[in-house]
Amino acid sequence: MSGHPAPSAAIPFPRLRPWLLAVPVLLLVAYLVLMDNGAVSQAGTFLHELMHDGRHLLGVPCH
Amino acid sequence: MVRTLLVRGLLTGLLAGLVAGGFAFLFGEPHVDSAIALEEAAASGHRHDAGHGHDEPGTDAGHGHGEEAVVSRPVQKAGLFLATGLYGLAVGGVFALVFAGLRGRVGPRSDGRLALAAAGAAFTAVVLVPFLKYPANPPAVGDPETINDRTLLYVVIVLVGLAAAAIAVATARRAASADPWVRWSSAAGGFLVPVIAAWVLLPGVDEVPDGFPATLLWEFRIASIGTQLVFWAAFGVLFGWACDRAAARSAAPAGRVAPASSS
Ligand SMILES: [Zn+2]
Repeated sequence: MSGHPAPSAAIPFPRLRPWLLAVPVLLLVAYLVLMDNGAVSQAGTFLHELMHDGRHLLGVPCH
Repeated sequence: MVRTLLVRGLLTGLLAGLVAGGFAFLFGEPHVDSAIALEEAAASGHRHDAGHGHDEPGTDAGHGHGEEAVVSRPVQKAGLFLATGLYGLAVGGVFALVFAGLRGRVGPRSDGRLALAAAGAAFTAVVLVPFLKYPANPPAVGDPETINDRTLLYVVIVLVGLAAAAIAVATARRAASADPWVRWSSAAGGFLVPVIAAWVLLPGVDEVPDGFPATLLWEFRIASIGTQLVFWAAFGVLFGWACDRAAARSAAPAGRVAPASSS
């Protein structure tokens, strides 16, 4: 740590790379919330209906 | 370090999502209710030619909002908070990893300022750019037959917004030694050229039914963009505040005592 709060040091890319595995998981969560109609979740229209108002108000095409 | 940032992004994203859910509940739900009332009136009037494709035949409401729906309206209103919370969690996590890559390489030197700048850029790229081409619609607006095409176009314009933001950052970085005016105008150009090209080239969507109240459409759209604005403002402030607090704490033990220490 540099001792002073202001300037921050770059994180070396090799240390960052393993964490990028979280990205597909996070994008899957976003997909299930915003777009799934049963194709991935296999839950029919349940997720769509449950997240319905959120989809409309977050601005995603819903129906 | 990366782990800390990721956890911080997930938690502040979840929190900002719940705050945005509160805003959406107060200012958006009344318009959703009004739109559903119109939709159900239309569906009971001409059930078969109303074009509500993705519902089982025989259901009274076109989209299943009525009593027999898969999920009742009160549960959908609770589901709103689940949706905005999970959206915040996912977006916050991705944001934190991008932030970890940008940190110390581009943008403001302090974490707090970088968080605010990056949240503003993200709002512009993934919310404002898509919204100006494909604005949010309440229930009853939109043809269910075209949902796949509309979703695809939406994803395309979100990707265009993200790519344009990346081009702007890269342009500003390459022009780092140039005069600030040159630097900022070339970054703005790098952002606007692909965005305006996409606005012009991508097909428009015009599916507002005849007679749908313009005021309701307008108020719903304001509530929708407001929900996203509240989310990104809350997220940027919370994430930046958490970064600055952590930086101040890690700086304190080196000798100087933190002013707020309580011993
Ligand atoms: Zn809908």
